[in-house]
Amino acid sequence: MKEILSGNEAIARGAYEAGCRVACAYPGTPSTEILENTINYKEINSSWAPNEKVALEVAIGASFGGGRALCTMKHVGVNVAADPLFTLSYTGVNGGLVLVTADDPEMHSSQNEQDNRNYAKFAKVPMLEPSDSEECLQFTRLAFELSEQYDTPVMLRTTTRISHSKSVVELAEPVTGLPQPQLVRNAAKLVMLPGNARVRHPLVEERMSKLAEAGASMAINRLELRDTSIGIITSGACYQYVREVFPEASTLKLGMVHPLPQTLIRDFASRVERLFVVEELDPFIEDQVKAMGLAITGKEILPICGELTPERIQKAFAAAGIQGAIVASSSTAEPAKLPPRPPNMCPGCPHRGVFYTLNQLKAYVTGDIGCYTLGFMPPLSAMDTCVCMGASVGMATGVTKVVSSEEQKKVVAVIGDSTFLHTGINGLMDMVYNQSPATLIILDNRITAMTGRQDNPASGFTLMDDPTHRVDLPLLCKAVGVQHIRLIDPFDLEQTRKVIQEEMNRPEPSVIITDKPCVLIKREGVFEKGIVLEVDEEGCVGCRACLKIGCPAIEWRPGEGQRGKAYIEPLLCTGCDVCRQLCKFNAIGRSK
Amino acid sequence: MSGGITNILLVGVGGQGILLASEILSETFMLAGFDVKKSEIHGMSQRGGSVVSHVRYGKEVFSPIVPEGQGDILFGFELMETSRYLSLLKPGGTVVANDLRIASPSILMGKESYPEGLVEGIREQFPDFLLVDGHKLASEAGNARAANTVLLGAVSKRLDIDEKFWLEALQKMVPPKALEINRKAFLMGRSL
Ligand code: SF4
Ligand code: SF4
Repeated sequence: MKEILSGNEAIARGAYEAGCRVACAYPGTPSTEILENTINYKEINSSWAPNEKVALEVAIGASFGGGRALCTMKHVGVNVAADPLFTLSYTGVNGGLVLVTADDPEMHSSQNEQDNRNYAKFAKVPMLEPSDSEECLQFTRLAFELSEQYDTPVMLRTTTRISHSKSVVELAEPVTGLPQPQLVRNAAKLVMLPGNARVRHPLVEERMSKLAEAGASMAINRLELRDTSIGIITSGACYQYVREVFPEASTLKLGMVHPLPQTLIRDFASRVERLFVVEELDPFIEDQVKAMGLAITGKEILPICGELTPERIQKAFAAAGIQGAIVASSSTAEPAKLPPRPPNMCPGCPHRGVFYTLNQLKAYVTGDIGCYTLGFMPPLSAMDTCVCMGASVGMATGVTKVVSSEEQKKVVAVIGDSTFLHTGINGLMDMVYNQSPATLIILDNRITAMTGRQDNPASGFTLMDDPTHRVDLPLLCKAVGVQHIRLIDPFDLEQTRKVIQEEMNRPEPSVIITDKPCVLIKREGVFEKGIVLEVDEEGCVGCRACLKIGCPAIEWRPGEGQRGKAYIEPLLCTGCDVCRQLCKFNAIGRSK
Repeated sequence: MSGGITNILLVGVGGQGILLASEILSETFMLAGFDVKKSEIHGMSQRGGSVVSHVRYGKEVFSPIVPEGQGDILFGFELMETSRYLSLLKPGGTVVANDLRIASPSILMGKESYPEGLVEGIREQFPDFLLVDGHKLASEAGNARAANTVLLGAVSKRLDIDEKFWLEALQKMVPPKALEINRKAFLMGRSL
C-alpha cells in the first residue's frame, strides 16, 4: 500500500516493520514526530526520557535484553548522549539498536548547525543517510539488520528537509521470527572495565573495516552512470538537489556515509572525467576522498554554512564556471519591503508576565532553550544569554563569580520545567553547593512546549497519555539544598514583581517556581471560558503601557483618539488578565 | 527546472492551517497517480511566525523544495505573507490569495503599520491573481473557519486534476462532522 509520509513518520513505520520493541527519546526539532508516531504501533513501547543520555541508556538496556530498540534525538542531543554512545560502540548490541540523529542545517530551530556525521566517525559507528521518506523506511529496517549482523549500534542521520518533507512510501508487513528478549549474561562484552574494553577496541576497528568493504556491494550505495564528464558523490537531501540541477551527470549516491566504501569511490572516480562532492555542512566525504589521494572539488565552490538548495548548488557551480547545470529562469518579482513576522509567545502564555517583570527590574537574564527563549524579543527584551539546554543555571553562577556584589543582585537564570529536569538540575546542585547569590526562576508550565507540547516527568502524564507520578519541583529543589523556594502566580504581576525583587536582593541561592500551565495544554482549563478583555474607548488615553507586554491580541490603532488607542482582538484574547494590570487608567476591563 | 513538474507554494502565518491544506493537496496528487513531494519547516515558525510550505508533483519529483523563481502557483493565506514570497513564483505565475490581514508584532506595537497597496502590488507583477474573500464565502457555506477550503477549491480549478480526486482527498483528511461544510466550501471555491 502507498501512503504519503514525512521522513519522521516513515522512520517510525520502518521501526515497526523491523520488529522494534522499545523507542525512547527526548523531544527536539526536527526529530520529535518520530516518537509521536511510534505510539501508533502497539508493539512498540514508546516513552519520553528526561534527556537524550537517559533515552539512549533505556534503548541500550532494551537491546542488551535482546529486543530491537530505537532512540531518537536532534543533533545537539547527541552531545548529551555522547558519553554512553562511545562505549556502546565497544560493547556492541544484542537486539539491534538504531540511534537517529536529526541534524538541522540552516538552524531552522537550533542554536548551532553541527554536522553529526562527525560523531559516527568519532564514535566509530556506521551511519546511514536516507534521501527521502521511502528511504527513511527502508534504511531504518536495514539499520536494525546491520546492527545485529555487525554487532554495533547504527546511526541514522536525517536533516530537517528529510524529517519534515513528505513523499510517497510503499508500506510492508513487519518481520516475523525475531528471537524472544531475555536476560543474557555476558560480562566480557557488556562490562566495560579497562581489561574488557581493551579486548573490544580491536573488534571495533575490525568491524569498521569489514563494513567499509561490504559497503562496495551494498545496494544503498548506488552508482548511477550517465554523462561521464561530471561525476558527483552525494548523499541525503543533496542527492535530490543534484538530480534536479544536473539530471545528466553521473552520481555516486551514498546511503552509508560512514564508513565510506572506498573501492566503490575509486571505481567511480576512474569512470568520470571530473569528480565533485555535493554535501551539506562539513567537508566530511571530501576530506576522506582527498586522503585517499583522489582529486575532488567540493567546499572550494560550495558553502560550508547553511542548508544547500537546488539554486545554491546551481549558483555555486555556475560561479566556478562548471557547465552542465539546468539554469533556473530568475523571478521577476521585486523583493517586497515588509515588516518581519517573527514567532511570538501565545496570548495567555504564563511566561509573559515574568519577562515583563524581569525587563522592568533590569535583570541580567541567563536564558535557556524553550518557548521562553522568545522572551529575548521586543518588547519584552529580557534575555541576555542562551547557549544550550540546561546551561542557564550554571551560567548564572558563573557570572556572579566575576561581577561586583551590586551587579550580582541583577543575575537571574530562567529555565523551563522540562529543561530543568533535562540538565538544569545539575546546575542547581552546583549553585547550592558553591553558594551562588544568583536567583533561578523555574518557568513550570507543565509541558515541553517549544517542540509542540510533549509530556515530561513534571507533567504528570506519559507519552501514551497515561497519568503518572508528577515530579514535585519544590521538594526536588529542597532536596538539592535550596533554602528559599517561592511559588508565584505569573499572571499576578504585583506578586511576581515583589517576589522576584526580594529573591534578587537575597545574597543566597534561591528558586522561584511559576505555577501556571501552558495555554495550549488541552487537558488544563487555564482560564474561565468565554471571558475576554476589552479596551474601553473612552478610558484609553493612548499611553501604550499595555503594548509593553507584547501580547498578540493587543493591537495599536494609531488612527483612533487623539494619540491613538489600543484594541484587543476578542478572537485571540484568552482573558489572562495581565494587560489589565498594566493600565493605570483602568481602561481595560472584562467582557463576556 | 520544472521538467513536467508543477510547483505549488502555500504561505501564511503559523497556526492558519497551512499544513493541513498542503496535506490535502499532496493526497490529491498521489490519488491522481503522480509522484509527490512536500516540504515545510516547523519549530520556531509555529506561534504566529511566517510559514511557507512547498508541494511539487509530476511523473518523478526529486527535490522537495521549489527552486526560487520556479513556483507555478502561490497559494496565500494572508496578504502580507503572500507579498513576501512572490519571488518564489516564476514569471507569469498564478496567485490565489485570501483577502485577510494579520498584524505582525511590530505592527501590533505601533512601530510600523500594515503595508498599504499590497493587492495592487501583487496584481501589477502577477496579473493572473485571484483575490478571494475566503471568510465571507466560508460563512455562506456554513462556517467561517472553512475559508482555507474555499481557497483550496479556487486553487483546484487552476490545476488539471479530476474533481473526484479532490473530493476523495477531502473525505480522507477532513473529520467526518466537518466534511459536508468543507465539501460545500470547496465547490464554492472551485466555481470562482
Ligand atoms: S506554547 Fe505555551 S509556553 Fe509556549 S508560548 Fe505558547 S503558551 Fe507559552
Ligand atoms: S489581551 Fe490581555 S487578557 Fe487578553 S490574552 Fe492578551 S494580555 Fe491576556
